[in-house]
Amino acid sequence: MKKRQLAASLWPPLAALALLAILWQLAVSLFGIASWILPSPGRIAQEAVSGFTRMQEHAGSTIRLTLLGFSVGSCTGIAVACLLHVIPGAKRALYPLLIVSQNIPMIALAPLLMIWFGFGLLPKVIVITLVCFFPVVIATLDGFLQADPVMRSYMNMIGATRIQIFRKLEWPGALPSLFSGLKISGTYSVMGAVIAEWLGSEKGIGVYMLLARSSFRTDRVFVAIVWIVALSLVLFGLILLLERLLIRWKPASAANKERE
Amino acid sequence: MALMQERPQDGTPPAQTAPAAPCLELDGLAKSFGRGRRQVRVLENVSLTVGQGEFVSLIGPSGSGKSTILHLIGGLLPPDAGAIRMEGREVTGRKGLISYMPQSAALFPWRTIEDNAVLAREVAGLPRAESLALAREWLAKVGLAGYERAYPHMLSGGMQQRAAFVRALLSPQEFLCLDEPFGALDALTRQDMQQWLLALWEANRRSVLFITHSIEEALLLSDRVYLLSGKPTRVLRELRVPFGRPRAEDVADDPRFLELKREIYEEMKREQARQETAAREAAPPAGRFGFRR
Repeated sequence: MKKRQLAASLWPPLAALALLAILWQLAVSLFGIASWILPSPGRIAQEAVSGFTRMQEHAGSTIRLTLLGFSVGSCTGIAVACLLHVIPGAKRALYPLLIVSQNIPMIALAPLLMIWFGFGLLPKVIVITLVCFFPVVIATLDGFLQADPVMRSYMNMIGATRIQIFRKLEWPGALPSLFSGLKISGTYSVMGAVIAEWLGSEKGIGVYMLLARSSFRTDRVFVAIVWIVALSLVLFGLILLLERLLIRWKPASAANKERE
Repeated sequence: MALMQERPQDGTPPAQTAPAAPCLELDGLAKSFGRGRRQVRVLENVSLTVGQGEFVSLIGPSGSGKSTILHLIGGLLPPDAGAIRMEGREVTGRKGLISYMPQSAALFPWRTIEDNAVLAREVAGLPRAESLALAREWLAKVGLAGYERAYPHMLSGGMQQRAAFVRALLSPQEFLCLDEPFGALDALTRQDMQQWLLALWEANRRSVLFITHSIEEALLLSDRVYLLSGKPTRVLRELRVPFGRPRAEDVADDPRFLELKREIYEEMKREQARQETAAREAAPPAGRFGFRR
């Protein structure tokens, strides 16, 4: 039953994708477009297969960087959200600064980080952290505010302390929100890793992309894009899985609605 | 009911032990909200007592300061004047001394029923294993056996309410505050729950303050009833319910019951009318354009 549902929800986008690929292939061969401008899907697939081992090495490096940056970034995000929520006045003072920090263009900031912290792992992790902690902070803070007022008043009436209210009511209540934030920052973090690699690295999908572009190997650029998309999807899936494991109490109907 | 023959319905209230130190005593509580012109007096000299093992109801029109009274008892708000004493000790403004059941079940959706039932004990810092054993025992007693590991959304409204009641019952504080616990239920479930609570209470006899706006519910369950006025809230009348314990299921058909019910109803209607005239006098219809300085 479940498998059939999955198949039913998967085939329309897959069919659309296949149709698009066919149109693309036809257009490239019909109009005789040079492959350094737009390679055909067939050619991209060929390159993906033949360059798989080389790509694996680059991807491995990107995956490590992504996971490290994502973990540091989301942990920072959760910690910042908790502190802003628990310390009275902290949120009002720092929330605007948080928003301002998100408007600093990463492309401008990243080279500075290289100047300050060199070409090691640290500046790259900082880049990814900056990219992905913001959605987590916002979503988590939002979740804390959504705590049911009746439950809050119940906790107050039975004499719960501030910390008890946080641990037993606000934190578990904010988990679904927190996961929405994690899903967004998970997909951002792959992009963050690629940008970090552009700024100076020996390996990684970002580096591969730069090399491919400078030698007009457009097919390889497309292969890199496919890898980035696939990695983002896998990370998204893992977060979704973790959410399912941790949040089992949601009524089935509400969970379904969310998926739609 | 078979029990009725053993205990004659003699009309005397249950013996009140130690009248000198009632379980709860509110002494001249007053409370206003807001400041200056916009100040609203919510409570005005509210005094009442709940004896040891006594079931006391508060009835009042909606919008009377019932919830404010509860918040004062719970220590969430300080009164402007007056004192709250429990067992003779002054406890005004202190939290965590009552067990409480809110209007809606307010079960935590991420906790299983048994984890919900032990919440108040957990907050009080009692050992978990013991609490869980107690919770399972009580959940079975209230007909929720087999639902210990279920999540609240899987239960019907009445079942959730029973789970919330077990949570209040298991909390270590002796004094129980029930804030319109059946207000959100449909009529039939409500009747069931009243009978259920009656039987349960008569077997356990905790001191209870029960808030309701159903006259019938108050008469059915309580030893004494306080009738509250609209804002600013005062105690209009204190009334001893003249039916013995255990209370017969058909007590609601007793002519004395019907008489009392009508009497209280009349009094509440008079109060409401008085309230409306007072409101009209306080704010005479403003001019055509509706503003008044």
